[in-house]
Amino acid sequence: MSTMAFLKRSPWILHYDASSCNGCDIEVLACLTPLYDVERFGIINTGNPKHADILLITGGINTQNREVVRNLYEQMPEPKVVVAIGACAATGGIFRECYNITGGVDRVIPVDVYVPGCAARPEQIIDGVVTALGILEEKRAKMAGAARMKDEVRHAEQAGEST
Amino acid sequence: MTWTWLIGAVLFLILAPIAGGLIAGIDRKITARMQGRVGPPLLQPFYDVGKLFEKERAVVTTAQNFYVLAYLIFIALSGALFFAGGDLLLIIFAFTLAHVFLVLGAYAVHSPYSHIGAERELIQLMAYEPMIILAAVGLYMVTNSFYVADIALTTVPAILYLPGVFLGFAIILTIKLRKSPFDISTSHHAHQEIVKGITTEFSGSTLAQVEIAHWYENVFLLGFIYLFFSWNPVIGVVAVAVTYAAEIFIDNVTARVRWQAALKSGWLVAGALGIANLAILSYMMLGGA
Amino acid sequence: MQTLLFLILFPILVACLLLFVKRTTLRYAVVALSALVIGGASIYLLMRYAFEGAVYFAAPSEAASLAMVAIEMGLALFIVYMGAKFRNYLAIVLAVAQAALVVYLETTFPGNLHAVNNLFIDQFSIIMALIIGIIGSLIAVYAVRYMETYHHHHPEVRDRQKMFFFVTFVFLAAMFGLVFSNNLMWLFFFWEITTITSFLLIGYSETEEATRNAFRALVMNLLGGVAFVVALIVLAATEATSGGIDLARVLASGDAAVVLIPAVLIGFAGITKAALMPFSSWLLGAMVAPTPVSALLHSSTMVKAGVYILVRFSPVFAGTFAGFSIGLVGGVTFVVASAIAISQSNAKLVLAYSTIANLGLITACAGVGSYMLVWAAILLIIFHAVAKSLLFLGTGAIEHRIGSRDIEDMEGLIVRMPRMAVMMFIGIAGMFLAPFGMLISKWAAIEAFVQVPFGLVFIAILAYGSAITVFFWAKWMGKLVAVTRNQERVEKGFMEEPWAPLYIITGLVIATVLLFPVISSTLIEPYVLAIYGVTALLGQANVAIMLLMMALLLVLPISFLLFKRSAKHLPAYMGGRTATPDLHFAGSLGLTREAQTRNYYLTEYFGEAKLFLPGAVVCTVLILASWVFAGVAL
Repeated sequence: MSTMAFLKRSPWILHYDASSCNGCDIEVLACLTPLYDVERFGIINTGNPKHADILLITGGINTQNREVVRNLYEQMPEPKVVVAIGACAATGGIFRECYNITGGVDRVIPVDVYVPGCAARPEQIIDGVVTALGILEEKRAKMAGAARMKDEVRHAEQAGEST
Repeated sequence: MTWTWLIGAVLFLILAPIAGGLIAGIDRKITARMQGRVGPPLLQPFYDVGKLFEKERAVVTTAQNFYVLAYLIFIALSGALFFAGGDLLLIIFAFTLAHVFLVLGAYAVHSPYSHIGAERELIQLMAYEPMIILAAVGLYMVTNSFYVADIALTTVPAILYLPGVFLGFAIILTIKLRKSPFDISTSHHAHQEIVKGITTEFSGSTLAQVEIAHWYENVFLLGFIYLFFSWNPVIGVVAVAVTYAAEIFIDNVTARVRWQAALKSGWLVAGALGIANLAILSYMMLGGA
Repeated sequence: MQTLLFLILFPILVACLLLFVKRTTLRYAVVALSALVIGGASIYLLMRYAFEGAVYFAAPSEAASLAMVAIEMGLALFIVYMGAKFRNYLAIVLAVAQAALVVYLETTFPGNLHAVNNLFIDQFSIIMALIIGIIGSLIAVYAVRYMETYHHHHPEVRDRQKMFFFVTFVFLAAMFGLVFSNNLMWLFFFWEITTITSFLLIGYSETEEATRNAFRALVMNLLGGVAFVVALIVLAATEATSGGIDLARVLASGDAAVVLIPAVLIGFAGITKAALMPFSSWLLGAMVAPTPVSALLHSSTMVKAGVYILVRFSPVFAGTFAGFSIGLVGGVTFVVASAIAISQSNAKLVLAYSTIANLGLITACAGVGSYMLVWAAILLIIFHAVAKSLLFLGTGAIEHRIGSRDIEDMEGLIVRMPRMAVMMFIGIAGMFLAPFGMLISKWAAIEAFVQVPFGLVFIAILAYGSAITVFFWAKWMGKLVAVTRNQERVEKGFMEEPWAPLYIITGLVIATVLLFPVISSTLIEPYVLAIYGVTALLGQANVAIMLLMMALLLVLPISFLLFKRSAKHLPAYMGGRTATPDLHFAGSLGLTREAQTRNYYLTEYFGEAKLFLPGAVVCTVLILASWVFAGVAL
């Protein structure tokens, strides 16, 4: 069962605009258009962290959204990956010296893939997501392994009890 | 005779998820083509559900699992009763019971988005229920039986007597299939104003169960459509396909309406198309008798 | 016959005894013991007469009849006195008119006022007796504790508990009398007693509002009473063809046209008692009474007297335009009252509107009156009595705990009072969900209306009405099951109090579903068969499926065991805002705000102000139409 790995074929995305200038956001949405059509890969933009596997963040962290980003991340069930889209999400970008900007997304939550660019191009974003899928699959395998080990331990305990 | 009903029920329970998933896949493919896209693989719905089962179990409250499981079981039960040839009214009531469980699941998590989704789901339920009951009554008036087994074997072309009822049913079918313009409680499409509405707080295997229930439900509803054409199986299957294609088309060319409009349309079609059709029919039958 | 007389006289005895009991514990003992006796006697009645069909008893007549007339006059004087005291002259006029008509009846047709048999019992009476004897006395038991707490919460209300329990038990006696009477004069007597007891109990708290509502109930019920006497006069005047005041002979009378007019008049009395539109306002006003009163009089028993008489007369109504329009009064009431229930957040008002709606549905069945519909109507009476009494009692108990009867305040009851919430859940499920009783009846009603000429009107009413019903019940259920956090569990100590009646009635809600095939085959079907010569039958397969669904529902909660393990708990999604589990979140400007969820009430569409008047007007027209049709038929 655990070797089936549907996860790679059905990555659902949550897109969050941290404090982006909307440049990267437009490019993210462009991926959904007929030209790029990421639904070919089973990618769906869910708009709900509880359903999402991949968190796409554009823009840097500021004082207002720090809590929000962390909350969104925590709301996503494991396994999950974070893709930081664009220069701002990676480092704070041209806004990094602003009074309210803390820096890149990785100041708040662990980031798995950085997609460079200002703005990031749709091809790059898709490439980033595909890279993320590999990491997602790794995490899933690890999670399944851990669960299996836990199960085995429990079975062993039960067997011990019954004898 | 005595055991054939069981075969229908078992076949439904086993095959409906497969058929329902395939239909959902075809639906997404056609939708993509209508939008000038390539679209996902045909088996994408199965990948999605498989994925959801792989995810971690995360809940807001444990009770939500119970309600969703009950939803799935009763949807499957009502579909199984349908394909076993059971009493149409009983099937409709079991169907309502199932949806009430889904709504309760959304209430149980005590979350604002779920709550609004649940309220809207109830409004949808209120909007389509009269038309479904009238459809069952219409089929009874034509075939003299509430049993699906009898209706399915009738030699009378029910659609010729019930064009209004059929049209009304097709319109509320949009609500049931969660398609625009009536996808107000939750939607297949990404962007909507209440996050994912009724399913907002369901994730992982719970969400997968909702999805499977939806497949069961769709197969059941298409079976209902078939009843209008059951005097000729070929026409019946074609009609079901055409109706579903029309639903996809409507889904893609309309925008979501407000709940007021959903309620009014549901009730208006039940009144204008359903009752008027049945009134004319019963007048004809009185005249004939 | 002894059992019948015992059931009528024993509650009166207890009532008199309770006039002298002051201590709550002692009162509890007396009430509980007599509840046991009454319940036992009604079950004995079931075993003794269930398989015998209709049995008639001569019973002492002269002295009893004389006493009844005397008491009626006394009651009229009492109403005149009360009316004068509170300056309600309409009540005086109606009471005097009614008394005058009774005197006219007694003096003009003394020879025609004899029924061969004054008492009788058949399966329908047994069903009613079981409802009164079991549900009614359970409510009385509940009332003892409730009234104690009630006075604790309302120190401003004068403690008249002795009077309260006296009236309650007199009421039980009257209800027994009402369903056992074959002599319509007797029936009328008991009918009037229920009117007076209702008046006294609604006005219990003696506030201005309570008094006003009590008088409203009185006036409307007296209106029905006047119609009842007129019907008796017509019957007495046409004794030779109509069968006089002997219920069995009236129903068996060959001359349908002659009987139709008194039947419609008695039906009108039934409509007022069952609080159908336009008379619904008295039942809504009656909600000011203590909750056990609402449960006893205004949902499970007294209002059922109204539909009881309508169902009794439904063979007369069957196939007539007059009956059809009475049925329509019920149908319109059903759909309008259900719709208004959507807009209510006061639990007792929702229950009241739903009661009115269901009485309407029963009336719709009775008015059209085909054999299947009578079958459905009786089933409705049973299931409604059981489930609704549970809901009323539950609401009362909750109100005493959380201090509110608003549905919004019941949010998270499953956390705060789990057992109470489960009982309410079962009660609500009993009102509208699939394997439960009310739905069986609605289903049967749809199947029956299809076969009736012009039944389509009723089908439409049922289709819309049941959709509406689902909405307002489900959203209430939703409030109950919401798992709220950080809320105190207030049930502790609550369940130690003797709430046995709640448990028993909850059990009854489930038991009636499981046993309904038996109830149907031993009681309802023989009754319908005796009257119509044919009877309704639910398909065996369908019964099996219903039982399967019920079993599934009972088994499903076991699945909770599956979920306990390993699931991670996440807070609800709040648009990315960090929120506490009880939905407090950091809003703008550093303020902590709370997210609240409230149900939809759709007042703009289903508000009382919008729907009540049109509904009342339509029903008034229909009632007048029923009289015209009855007159034309003659």
